[in-house]
Amino acid sequence: MPIAFPFSAIVGQDEMKLALLIGAVDPRIGGVLVFGDRGTGKSTAVRALAALLPKIRAVVDCRYGCDPAAEPDALCADCRSRLAKGPLKSHQVQVPVVDLPLGATEDRVIGALDLELALTRGEKAFEPGLLARAHRGFLYIDEVNLLEDHLVDALLDVAASGENLVEREGLSVRHPARFVLIGSGNPEEGELRPQLLDRFGLSVEVRTPTDLETRVRVVRTRDSFEHDPKGFAEQWRRKDAKVRKGITDAQGRLASVDVSDEALGQAARLCMSLGTDGLRGELTLIRAARALAALQGSPAVTVPHLRRVAAPALRHRLRRDPLDETGSSARVERAVEELLV
Amino acid sequence: MDGGSSRPRPEPTPGPDAWTDASLAAALFAVDPRGTGGIALRALPGPVRDQWLADCRGLLPADTIRRRIPLHVTEGRLLGGLDLAATIEAGRPVAELGLLSQSDGGVVELAMAERVGGATIAQLCAALDLGEVVLERDGLAMRLPARLGVLALDEGCEPDEAVAPALLDRLAFHVDLTPVSVHGVTDPPYPPETIAAARQRLALVGISDQGFDALCGTALALGIGSLRAPLYAVRVARIAAALGGRDQVDDQDLAAAARLVLAPRAQVFPVPDQPPDRQQDQTEPERQQDDQPHQAPESPDADESPETSRETRDQPLADLVLAAAQAAIPPHLLARLRLGTLRRSRGQATGKAGALRHASLRGRPAGVRRGDLRPGDRLNLIETLRAAAPWQRLRRAELRELGRRPRIEVRRDDFRIARYKHRSETTAIFVVDASGSSALHRLAEAKGAVELLLADCYVRRDRVALVAFRGQGAELLLPPTRSLVRTKRSLADLPGGGGTPLASGIELGLALAEGVKRRGGTPLLVLLTDGRANVARDGTGGRTRAAEEALTVARVVRAAGMAALLVDTSPHPAPQAQALAQAMGAVYLPLPHADANRLSAAVRATAGI
Repeated sequence: MPIAFPFSAIVGQDEMKLALLIGAVDPRIGGVLVFGDRGTGKSTAVRALAALLPKIRAVVDCRYGCDPAAEPDALCADCRSRLAKGPLKSHQVQVPVVDLPLGATEDRVIGALDLELALTRGEKAFEPGLLARAHRGFLYIDEVNLLEDHLVDALLDVAASGENLVEREGLSVRHPARFVLIGSGNPEEGELRPQLLDRFGLSVEVRTPTDLETRVRVVRTRDSFEHDPKGFAEQWRRKDAKVRKGITDAQGRLASVDVSDEALGQAARLCMSLGTDGLRGELTLIRAARALAALQGSPAVTVPHLRRVAAPALRHRLRRDPLDETGSSARVERAVEELLV
Repeated sequence: MDGGSSRPRPEPTPGPDAWTDASLAAALFAVDPRGTGGIALRALPGPVRDQWLADCRGLLPADTIRRRIPLHVTEGRLLGGLDLAATIEAGRPVAELGLLSQSDGGVVELAMAERVGGATIAQLCAALDLGEVVLERDGLAMRLPARLGVLALDEGCEPDEAVAPALLDRLAFHVDLTPVSVHGVTDPPYPPETIAAARQRLALVGISDQGFDALCGTALALGIGSLRAPLYAVRVARIAAALGGRDQVDDQDLAAAARLVLAPRAQVFPVPDQPPDRQQDQTEPERQQDDQPHQAPESPDADESPETSRETRDQPLADLVLAAAQAAIPPHLLARLRLGTLRRSRGQATGKAGALRHASLRGRPAGVRRGDLRPGDRLNLIETLRAAAPWQRLRRAELRELGRRPRIEVRRDDFRIARYKHRSETTAIFVVDASGSSALHRLAEAKGAVELLLADCYVRRDRVALVAFRGQGAELLLPPTRSLVRTKRSLADLPGGGGTPLASGIELGLALAEGVKRRGGTPLLVLLTDGRANVARDGTGGRTRAAEEALTVARVVRAAGMAALLVDTSPHPAPQAQALAQAMGAVYLPLPHADANRLSAAVRATAGI
């Protein structure tokens, strides 16, 4: 795999970087959608994050990378039978960040029979697909709005249930598949289906920077990276390590971050005034604010946390008002100004 | 453009002629195909293009791999997949390389690039970004290197026939050979040895801070948003220096980069906002200084004062580069920039892309999907057999256990259903002004047009809907339908008269259109009105506010990229209706006595059905 551009070397795009970090701290937030102009480094940021994630513990020899601390019913069938014999052995592994490339066929996404075994030994065996590989990690779909409909259907189903069920050639396999969806795309290429949009916890809009200073900095860092990827990555290794430690620390602190009734009330009022449908918006807003507080080392969620994450948590859940020409981001900001003071 | 025909090296001003620059682009591309992404070449097939292509091929090292991607290349061919014959023979999975990984280290030529579909474009873009093909197909999972340059042969004639923006963004050079005549063609002044030497030198070439500033500043002044543009400009400046045998990028190289990479991407005409005309030491009339990009209003978050250190910058160099770019903006683009008619991110890209839908029966074949064979589906026999082939050994073993004679075993899992793409059904949404005195007449004609459209057997696959507005608000009289009977019944008795809540009418029509679009259809808004609004959205009277609201909603229609037709029903063409049509981006049709026949003909013409 080519050397990834270091996460900490990305110039600007603070909202996108923050959303990705929040998504890494608390996977329950449900993923990040990055929508924006061409040439703003959307994919670069996601691939950079992949190189930086802290390791996790997984069951040794498990094809799905089950969590040794998980409840038995959240394990795959193999691990359940292992558990019956004694405690699970585990080791440290890299958090999977799986690319769902365009043109992937359905068999590779959800899993199918192992072709090699069938050909060479005439045996039936299940070969896990990308969804299995992404379990407990991230599934990255670049150009998410160009994904084929039948793949979106399969994806939505699995993302909702956290479980993948495959029936092939009389073989029936069920395995856990809980992953954080990361999507990126350019809105000019097409809209996203509302059901898919709703699966993303946070949505960020990236714009190309319009001031010369930033633009020169972007071009120069990129240029020196391309000139000597290894040396460049080495220069940023310590900064990346700091970000990685920030994520680990925040994950440890997450459970102890206090969310007061007042903060809950403010979040509820904000969602109500924006008319965001359902509870998902409110829940995401609180979770994202908590993850942000954990990242910053704050003991409790406060108004500044809510303000910071309001737009990414809510902007893709607003209903459109044709007469209101302001974009959804501006509407969230306006409501934030009125309600969160 | 004057014709200083076969100049050995380009100079900043006045720009070299189109052919010289096209040759230079070919040479620069040949030095580093992968680094420059490639060339979008706009030219009709003919001697000029043939000569350019021959030159370009001649400049590439003799052993360069060249592959041609045909217009309707399949995904399997492009990315690779299972080589069925080899797999069965070898008894183990054998991968077949796709065009992209076969071209690793070389160049692909994209035929009829302006017509290439979204999927192929996206695959190419992914390969250009990553330098590899990520394959997850047919039971294979591989990453294969695909470091390539793209020659996109754009044969478009109309301005809206162009290579997909996503691909254009990733190709450093946009070369237009349309203005070049056969007589302007000369031999390229770059022998292959120069190219080879430049390749060697490229890694050593340095570029100054001022060079970065000048290229980034020029890109900004021309309103180019994407950061790939200045990045490519930097690379091209380096290559130009290497080609000229220099170890450091100089002014000429920067000017060449600005001309070749930045000028064709210009989105705005750089406007000076500091009036003092500085002393000009060159003959060129429009030396201008950029300060603030004359940008679309979409940049509210201009951060901390970026202008502060601008003054200290090497202004002459930045000026020089900008002037070079400016002089090289292609004439047709320049005209549109001056008129301000070039809008960034035109909705048409989305509109057309959205209009293509997968359907199960009609249209152009668009690959296969796995699935159960349901009535109406068409089995793709070849693909089904292909899918079944690798499993034969396994299945035969099963059959033998059951004591049955082995044969070719095709099972449900193998079924490959052909998928088709076609233009989605069109829903014509009539939004009819039912107010005032002429209401009854207008409604009757609209009704007639609706019925004619439905009765027309060719159009029967398409649907119509009808919204009427009068008095306090708008009302959906006929939800999208293709049933003639139902239409007749619900149109039988239509009320008319009262105020004109134009904004409410358009708003309801738009909501309906968006619903149609979301379900994959192509909506067409047909507005019948004289454009004289006098009731606001909240039902209160007042001409001024009503008219303002109508214009605002009309602009939303345009922003949403909805196709629209405005039929002006007033006795004489009304300025309000024209203004409204313009705000909506609608086709304007004055039809004082809107008769049903002409109306249905106009709708069909606009919808292209």
